[in-house]
Amino acid sequence: MKTLLSGNEAVARGAFECGVRFAAGYPGTPSTEILENIIKYEPIKAQWCPNEKVALEVAFGAATGGARSIATMKHVGLNVAADPLFSASYAGVNAGLVIVSADDPGMHSSQNEQDNRWFAKAAKIPMFEPSDSQESKDFLKAAIELSEKYDTPVLLRMTTRISHSKTVVKIDEVIDPPRKTFIKNFQKNVLLPSNARHRHTFVEQRMKEIEHLNNNSPYNLFELKSEEIGIIISGISYQYAKEVFPEASFLKIGLTNPLPKKLILEFSLRVKKIIVIEELDPYLEEQIRAMGIDVVGKDIFPIEGELNQDIIEKSYYKIEKKEPEKLQIPNRPPTLCPGCSHRGMFYIFKKLHLNVTGDIGCYTLGALPPLKAMDTCLCMGAGITMAYGIEEATEKKLANKTIGVIGDSTFLHSGITGLMNIVYNQGITTICILDNNVTAMTGHQEHPASGKNIKGFPAPKIDLKKLCEAVGIKRVRVVNPYNLDEIEKVLTEELNTQEPSVIISEAPCLLHEKPGFNKPLKIIRESCENCGVCISLGCSAIGIDNEGNIYIDPLLCPGCTLCQQVCKFNAIIEL
Amino acid sequence: MKNINILICGVGGQGILLAGELLGDVALRSGYDVKKSEIHGMAQRGGSVVSHIRFGEKIYSPIIKKGDADFIFSFERMETLRYLNYLKPDGAIIVNNQKISPTNISIKSSSYPEDIESICKTKCKTFKSVDAISIAEQIGNIKTTNTVMIGVLSSFLDFDLKLWDETFHKLIPKKHLDINLKAFNMGRQL
Repeated sequence: MKTLLSGNEAVARGAFECGVRFAAGYPGTPSTEILENIIKYEPIKAQWCPNEKVALEVAFGAATGGARSIATMKHVGLNVAADPLFSASYAGVNAGLVIVSADDPGMHSSQNEQDNRWFAKAAKIPMFEPSDSQESKDFLKAAIELSEKYDTPVLLRMTTRISHSKTVVKIDEVIDPPRKTFIKNFQKNVLLPSNARHRHTFVEQRMKEIEHLNNNSPYNLFELKSEEIGIIISGISYQYAKEVFPEASFLKIGLTNPLPKKLILEFSLRVKKIIVIEELDPYLEEQIRAMGIDVVGKDIFPIEGELNQDIIEKSYYKIEKKEPEKLQIPNRPPTLCPGCSHRGMFYIFKKLHLNVTGDIGCYTLGALPPLKAMDTCLCMGAGITMAYGIEEATEKKLANKTIGVIGDSTFLHSGITGLMNIVYNQGITTICILDNNVTAMTGHQEHPASGKNIKGFPAPKIDLKKLCEAVGIKRVRVVNPYNLDEIEKVLTEELNTQEPSVIISEAPCLLHEKPGFNKPLKIIRESCENCGVCISLGCSAIGIDNEGNIYIDPLLCPGCTLCQQVCKFNAIIEL
Repeated sequence: MKNINILICGVGGQGILLAGELLGDVALRSGYDVKKSEIHGMAQRGGSVVSHIRFGEKIYSPIIKKGDADFIFSFERMETLRYLNYLKPDGAIIVNNQKISPTNISIKSSSYPEDIESICKTKCKTFKSVDAISIAEQIGNIKTTNTVMIGVLSSFLDFDLKLWDETFHKLIPKKHLDINLKAFNMGRQL
């Protein structure tokens, strides 16, 4: 049977078909849908973890314990999981273990566009790069087999375009491999230096053997056509290049670490000119050049962003296409939703002229106009640590003017350690946890403090207030983010205390849980002075009509009342 | 058969993803290779949404090259303009005649372009504007606007009606099936 699946759906299906029994991950675009789809397959035990390091370690434990396992994450998530990744390479597995890294060239929803293929090389583990959904499924299965055969974790490197495009996939039979048994093996599983030295020897030998296999492996495609141009390529770029160079010869590499050097050499002898096309870094190119083969590559193709047929064609043929004159069309940029529980907090941060060290989540949108109330956003957890860093840099002078902001899921991911650091090092920084009871930005995934598991069933709920108190924060305040006066009062008090404090703003994401609001609001035309203070909330339900009058769109307004609270003329009432 | 490229665009919440699913499924049933690409992530309610669908004997790229779309299938007037450069000179535009003002508060609604239809007409061979919302309202459920639109598009494509019927049975929940089939047939006759 054939069906249309996204790359992420295909990875989930592949896991099911080859008998994966455990899957763990942390949500992150574009990887999230893998676990969301895997829960459809009953034999696979799946779970969201507090962060990617935990997910990889649990999956590694499951593989060591005898169950075929996968861990899923976005590219920056693998940074968090890098510690176990590098050592798991030495220890090897028992049952198969695949780590899925979904990279985001073009940064559709990420803070950088790092090329995670380097991780495979640095950690000395095999890596597959699928070029469509069929290969996403096939390669996941091949990766599990390879993992078991060569005693190694394997990286499956996806990209946004592969993860989120749907292509035709052939559904195959499901196998049910017997679980392996956990074996005590001191030399292999206990990475003491004396053992690890031997394991390193094993790793080098292993990669040599896999390279040998790869020279004749079914994972690579050797398509000889024209002798003039030969293209060495991997991943989604293959699909684009096939359209731009239909007559060229292709060597499409599926197992891109370790590279099949003998095969590359053979290919290079069959064609006059070699082109390497790859998104982001010159990963293939540098290695092929190091073999002494001259190629055309990043000297003409961009190192930034996604590729597509237009870009490849334009770069190669140096075509300066006349872009038709640009039409002036208003954008529809992402904004905090109408009624979002984060809005009031950012409004007050701005009102108090605070320095705001932010974090990764929906609330990063608080940095955009008109709120513009976030000054830094680096990575998961840095909202807390950077606020404290600023306190240290200014010898506490800015501590009462600086707030660290982080979401609930992000706090559990990597905020708690930063908070411990503040307590331990006697900081006085104020931290704000914007708790909307779900991992919202990635599409509402549950987490350890949401009270539900990955399937939506009740689960133990970590109490954020008690957790902060447990690490030594004496001042933990809970505020209603829909009450501006309360937010301002509590913020002012906590910023001016000489000890660390945490303010938790508690209200569910209103796209996830129905809010307890009343009716939509409207503006009384006669009372409105068009002062624009409501506009400064940055709510997309509030607009300006053709006559310059401010209006509230009743279809968008959930009635959160923030605009009513800021209006100085009592011009906003219930519809 | 030559490959067919359809670019679907509109605003988040208009049922564009479902329209794309229906189209992809019927193309697959018709025996074609199909690829479909959409980007989600920062897309939230009210954001610009675009989906590329390509089918034919063999499709490589999941995204349409600029100037290579046979159809722009638009659910919102202004969004049509955003993707006009994807259309072939002899391509067709099918547009739901709905206006959704950008909810970006820094923009006054007066900056919403006015002469959309005339701009579109200079860039395509066929232009069809449909008041799909009114038809959906007439049928009794405004949420069938997207299936009305699919009905309109279907009259430009040669998929077997029987296959469309199978697609609807597979992808639309049973309780909404009849009204959506009705919407589809109304659209098809426009």
